[in-house]
Amino acid sequence: MAAILELKGVSAWYGQIQAMFDLDLKVEQGGVTALLGANGAGKTTTLRAVCNMVRRSGGTIFDGQDISKRSTEDIVRLGVAHVPEGRGTFVALTVEENLRLAFHIRKDRAAATRDMDMVFEYFPRLKERIRQQAGTLSGGEQQMLAIARALMLAPRLMLLDEPSFGLAPLIVQEIFRILRRINEQGKVSMLIVEQNAALALELADHVYLLETGHVVTSGPSDMVRDDEALRKAYLGY
Amino acid sequence: MEFFIQQTAAGLTSGAIYACVALGLVMIYVSTDHINFAQGEMAMFATYIAWMLIDAGVPFWLAFGLTALIAFVGGLLIQRFILKPLETAPVLALVVCFIALLSIFNALAGMIWSYTIKQFPSPFPQYDISGHGLVSVQQLGVVAVTLVMLGILTVFFRYTTLGLAMRAAAQNASSARLMGVRVSWMLALGWGLAAAIGSIAGMLVAPIVFLDPNMMTGILVYGFAGALVGGIGNPMGAVAGGFIVGVLENLVGSYIIGNELKLTFALVVVVGVLILKPAGLFGQIIVKRV
Amino acid sequence: MAALSKSWATKSGFGWMAIVFWALLAVLPLIGFIHEDPSFDYYMFMGQSMLIYGIAVLGLNLLIGFNGQISLGHSAFFAVGAYTTAILMNFAGIPYWATIPIAGLVCFGAGFLFGFPALKLEGHYLALATFTLAIAVPQLLKYKAIAGWTGGVGGVLLDKPDPPFDLPLSADQFLYYLCLIVAMAMFWIVFNLLRGRSGRAMMAIRDHAMAAGTMGIDTGLYKTLTFGISAAITGVAGALSAITVAYVAPDSFTLQLSVSFLVGLVIGGIASLPGCLVGGAFIVLVQNSSQSISDWMKVTFALRYDVPAWAIYGILLLVLMYFMPSGLMGGATALKEKLFGRSAKDDAASDSATVRSSHGD
Repeated sequence: MAAILELKGVSAWYGQIQAMFDLDLKVEQGGVTALLGANGAGKTTTLRAVCNMVRRSGGTIFDGQDISKRSTEDIVRLGVAHVPEGRGTFVALTVEENLRLAFHIRKDRAAATRDMDMVFEYFPRLKERIRQQAGTLSGGEQQMLAIARALMLAPRLMLLDEPSFGLAPLIVQEIFRILRRINEQGKVSMLIVEQNAALALELADHVYLLETGHVVTSGPSDMVRDDEALRKAYLGY
Repeated sequence: MEFFIQQTAAGLTSGAIYACVALGLVMIYVSTDHINFAQGEMAMFATYIAWMLIDAGVPFWLAFGLTALIAFVGGLLIQRFILKPLETAPVLALVVCFIALLSIFNALAGMIWSYTIKQFPSPFPQYDISGHGLVSVQQLGVVAVTLVMLGILTVFFRYTTLGLAMRAAAQNASSARLMGVRVSWMLALGWGLAAAIGSIAGMLVAPIVFLDPNMMTGILVYGFAGALVGGIGNPMGAVAGGFIVGVLENLVGSYIIGNELKLTFALVVVVGVLILKPAGLFGQIIVKRV
Repeated sequence: MAALSKSWATKSGFGWMAIVFWALLAVLPLIGFIHEDPSFDYYMFMGQSMLIYGIAVLGLNLLIGFNGQISLGHSAFFAVGAYTTAILMNFAGIPYWATIPIAGLVCFGAGFLFGFPALKLEGHYLALATFTLAIAVPQLLKYKAIAGWTGGVGGVLLDKPDPPFDLPLSADQFLYYLCLIVAMAMFWIVFNLLRGRSGRAMMAIRDHAMAAGTMGIDTGLYKTLTFGISAAITGVAGALSAITVAYVAPDSFTLQLSVSFLVGLVIGGIASLPGCLVGGAFIVLVQNSSQSISDWMKVTFALRYDVPAWAIYGILLLVLMYFMPSGLMGGATALKEKLFGRSAKDDAASDSATVRSSHGD
């Protein structure tokens, strides 16, 4: 199987501080890759580096195309949807407007309208709140909205930054169930950053363990799940 | 009573113009979070362009459209070339930059067209419509143009995806980028629209006050007052605020303080609203995260 | 900047460079005795104006540079100072020198009062409120009800004071010394204010108001006080201008005056004390040469009408914001660093460039 995303020797900086060192990483076509590690390991930085939202060097190959010099907007338009840390809700827009924003860059109106129906099928709760100001949604609903917004871009790759952050366990379960459906039915590949390692290992087929901007180890998720020493040392369970 | 109606009608006319200026200010505020002190001078400069076109024999409404278009492009270019490099600059640098633009446009107009006042034609006939000398077609025309503009803008922002993208870019730039919105161009578009709206305000006011490089200074202050009264982030509110300030100014001017303290009245309105109701009458308070 | 400011200021007071500088300024008028020049009095008058603008810029700098509050309305406080002096001299018969501290006090009150509403305003909004103030003041000064004192549109004519104690000085030489003494006093006051507790509080508020508040600084009090002191200093400058020009009129106190203060501030450098005098001198030079600059531009670019000082101010402001955001004094430091390298000691000092980048966001 070919890789949909490949990072080759990527480093990244915040001001003078280097946060990511020479990272190599792959996401398989149709696969889910998880980035695990403690705070400050460089997980979010990796996602930001893919979208060129941080000063970086090295190569990013998306679907056979070098995107390392492209602007964030262009990368998004090529089919990479980033669900950012903090959810990025447009609080003063309604739920519907949050989703319709995708129409701005989509040429295929009919398909986009179909996608809107599909999104509401995934997240019936959002449909109930369609006219509501997005700022009034609960944390879980805002996370759903963020994923829904990303889906509206008809992406081939989704970058998810801690979709479980600050949410009640039941909601987290629901969201991860939906993510699995999106991956399997929608054929969307995913690169996911998660603090909740157990959940992420369930969803992902590949795992990278990061520590202070370096890859400690990587491999199929079963391998990490079965390696008790590794789990205890890095994932705390 | 007749005097009261007359003054109110006059107030609505100036209110319509303040509303236009306020709309331009809101446009820039909504798309970039800045308060453009050069808005008045930009409008004045555009009005001179209209004057030149009309002087050269171009029919009024054609010149009107052309000027709005030229102003649009001008606003776009100002954002692209002058303000874009300062996108992350501190507030002081931006304020200095706006003041610089204000000075330059004022001086340029003086250099090119001199400081003597010029007559600007009105597209509307002067005769009054009620037969009692109360309301003139001119007044109705000014109000109508403002309302039409508000209508167009409302439709643009509410029902087009480009308008939606502009609102999104203003609210949360990084998130908008992640939706594929070219944020930097949205800001430029905001400036273009603001300049075009400003030019319309200039062309509406010029027949009433005569054209000269300082014509917009006082009007800008009223525009600020209107925008603040209505809530500076809200186009509809800005227009309502413009009308309110216009009427109040005329009534307070003719009944209480006289015409000589009108600018002081504007100062009181500006400071008063900023302190008592910073979100304006129709604005929503957006809590700032630290 | 450290090396530069160390010679300007030490822990115990003005540094040697400042003392030499003030002494030099004090010697200047004596040239008139050696060198006969019919326009010497005019040069003295220019010197007075430079000092006056320097004081006004100092007041503005205290507010913007050291406290992070933006004002476009300092022309108003300058006007209040000037009118206070004019009215006191004309109607109360108070001697000119005694009106200066009174003008300062009146402006302190005005600034303090305006500082209260300003408390709630930040950044753009404060700029907006003070902008409105600058626009409204000339009209207010022309108001008929107070024209008995203010002279309305025509303004007030004053008598130019003669040198006291039969000093062998011309009137302009004497007034130059008056301005110089007042300027030194103002710089000394600000200098002492800044290096003490209150100065640290002001700057802490500028750098992070909320953090300063949690450190136990009464941010509201310090901000209004700074506004008051800043207005007082600018008002003293206004009083001096009324005395030296011997005339006040509403249209000298327009927004353009505020803009010229801003130009002086940006030229001299934000949060730079010696820069204020550089800025003040610069304003006068531009005003005086604007006619020749205008003539030159008219010929070179085949313009039909004069190029007003506005244009020069505007272009200067833009250029400075792009190329020399820390002003001439900061630019000199940057140049020095380029030539001789940056020493660790310089890094530790807070120069005006860091002041600019840390403020307002």
